[in-house]
Amino acid sequence: MTGLSPLIEIRNLTRTYHIGRTALHALKNVSLTIEQGEYVAVVGTSGSGKSTLLNILGLLDRPTEGTYRISSQDAGELTDRQRTTLRNKEIGFVFQEFNLLARATARRQAELPLFYAGVSRKESRRRALDALAQVGLADRAEHRPEELSGGQRQRVAIARALVNSPSLLLADEPTGAIDTQTGEEVMTLFEQRHQEGLTLLIVTHDREIAARARRVITLRDGEVISDERRPEPAAAR
Amino acid sequence: MRLLKYFPLAVENIAVRKLRSFLTMLGVIIGVASVLTTLGIGRGASADIMRDIGSEGLTLLNVESGTYSGDSWTSARPLTMADVAALSDHSLHPDIVQVVPLYRHYIFLSNGENNSYIEVVGTTAAYAAIHNLELAHGRFLTENEIAQRTKSVVIGADVVQRLFAGADAMGQSLSIEREPYTVVGVLVRQGWGRIGNLDGSAIIPLAVAQDRLRPPFTPHRHRGEYTVSAIHVNAVSIERLDAAARQVEQTLRLRRILTEDEPNDFTIDNQARLLERANSVAATLTAFLAGIGAISLLVGGIGIMNIMLVSVTERTREIGLCKAVGAHNRDILVQFLVEALVLTLVGGLIGIAISYGLAEIAKNFSSPDFPLVVLIEPGSLAAAVSVSAACGLLFGLYPAIRATRLDPIEALRHE
Repeated sequence: MTGLSPLIEIRNLTRTYHIGRTALHALKNVSLTIEQGEYVAVVGTSGSGKSTLLNILGLLDRPTEGTYRISSQDAGELTDRQRTTLRNKEIGFVFQEFNLLARATARRQAELPLFYAGVSRKESRRRALDALAQVGLADRAEHRPEELSGGQRQRVAIARALVNSPSLLLADEPTGAIDTQTGEEVMTLFEQRHQEGLTLLIVTHDREIAARARRVITLRDGEVISDERRPEPAAAR
Repeated sequence: MRLLKYFPLAVENIAVRKLRSFLTMLGVIIGVASVLTTLGIGRGASADIMRDIGSEGLTLLNVESGTYSGDSWTSARPLTMADVAALSDHSLHPDIVQVVPLYRHYIFLSNGENNSYIEVVGTTAAYAAIHNLELAHGRFLTENEIAQRTKSVVIGADVVQRLFAGADAMGQSLSIEREPYTVVGVLVRQGWGRIGNLDGSAIIPLAVAQDRLRPPFTPHRHRGEYTVSAIHVNAVSIERLDAAARQVEQTLRLRRILTEDEPNDFTIDNQARLLERANSVAATLTAFLAGIGAISLLVGGIGIMNIMLVSVTERTREIGLCKAVGAHNRDILVQFLVEALVLTLVGGLIGIAISYGLAEIAKNFSSPDFPLVVLIEPGSLAAAVSVSAACGLLFGLYPAIRATRLDPIEALRHE
């Protein structure tokens, strides 16, 4: 996969928040390149800028300074519509708190990105059920969030993130709200998809989770303090 | 239509909060129901007036002696049979087809057992034709009876009720001024609101009335001619009604030797004018009542806006999520608008159902003396549906715009 243009390329990225008169630099002069098919963990203490970075990479936020290129497109030059379309088709989000719709069934949750993509109802249904089957929830398709365990809810959220076959999956503390055993299952699901070519970027403060990645980027006070790559474990191949 | 895909979602969101959705709709329900019902009452009343006046014929002119100004009659020399004869000259009055004299008197009438104070009308056979009178039993006075001065009488429904307690009156005898008359016909009930209601009247041949009845304040004869209380003139058509009125006016002014600067000392009324007047009263009342209904619709709309704003705040996180997974601003806007639209449309439909229910209930309270007809027309229905839809769009717009303006990151962080 190397040799292609990088999936993500950020140069001298700065994001500044203004709280009253004080300027808060959430990210300071960050430069990163992530190739297609990488498995990256972003670690750091809370307030280190991990979530801000994730939001910018996910096109939910815009940098104050610097450039961000995704699939060779300058994100700063995209219209809101184009950014939304890109989020819909190329990026999958998984959040710590799952962020499921309170009253919709698992199938409806998984259909949501397809709904906004304008996919027909029949096709949406088929693909949503397919995505749920891949996360092992085929028999829970018509259940609502309150009828599902934490781990099952997170798997519904993963089905939703993957239903549009994105090239990039952004996960913000995906195991933060579930127990270790279920966390393990969730990570296994991510890694299976990574094996199939999905680019993974997981924000976590859990060292064990980070240790599974091929590359670990550490942030502190908005700056990259280390960027380590490690050889793929033989077991994975 | 792509818009349709938002409907199941909207219905789901509404159905989840049943009580709240119902309370939200209540304003629209009450608004639509009250607008439709009040419009319906107005239309019903106006249709009633139309039917009543309409059945008397819009080509009729009522000619009476004296003038009406403000609140009092100024009497003048009476109209006489000579006037009737003059107006009957077709060569001078080409737009008049029939001239019917009336000789009226309110008296006590008896059948030996019961008494009743009623109006006795002396007239000719043509009266039935120009007023489209329908008979429940028997027949109207014939030309022969009029000419022969037969003591026959045709009575209204109320007279049957009062004198015969609703029993069959045909062939029975009635006493008018101590002389017996035979009932030959009973009129179909005409109802309240009619101008010149005949339900409480007894109709006898003109010459008999002129001969036997002595109304107060009106001379029995004038310059040797029998007087008449009024003359009904039937014009050839509605278009020629004004021309017919001018012909009557001209003849009467000539006969009364009125100089050019003297005003008419008689009155010519036409039914169309009465109809217009009655309709404009009904229309004003309807507009007033419908206005009150419209205000409640407005209040209902504001209620919807309020709830939609609450809903946007409540669903902030959800909206953020939708945006994150690919909802365009337009999707969010349409989603909330469709939700408001469904709320108001369902409210509108329930309101329509309720107004039909009220119309049914009103029927039970309707009586001939007080007809309460709620007439819901297709036009009013279409208006109610489109007004409630417009309400939904109008009052849903601001909350929907608020929803689109939410920043997805802020929204996702929202608790």
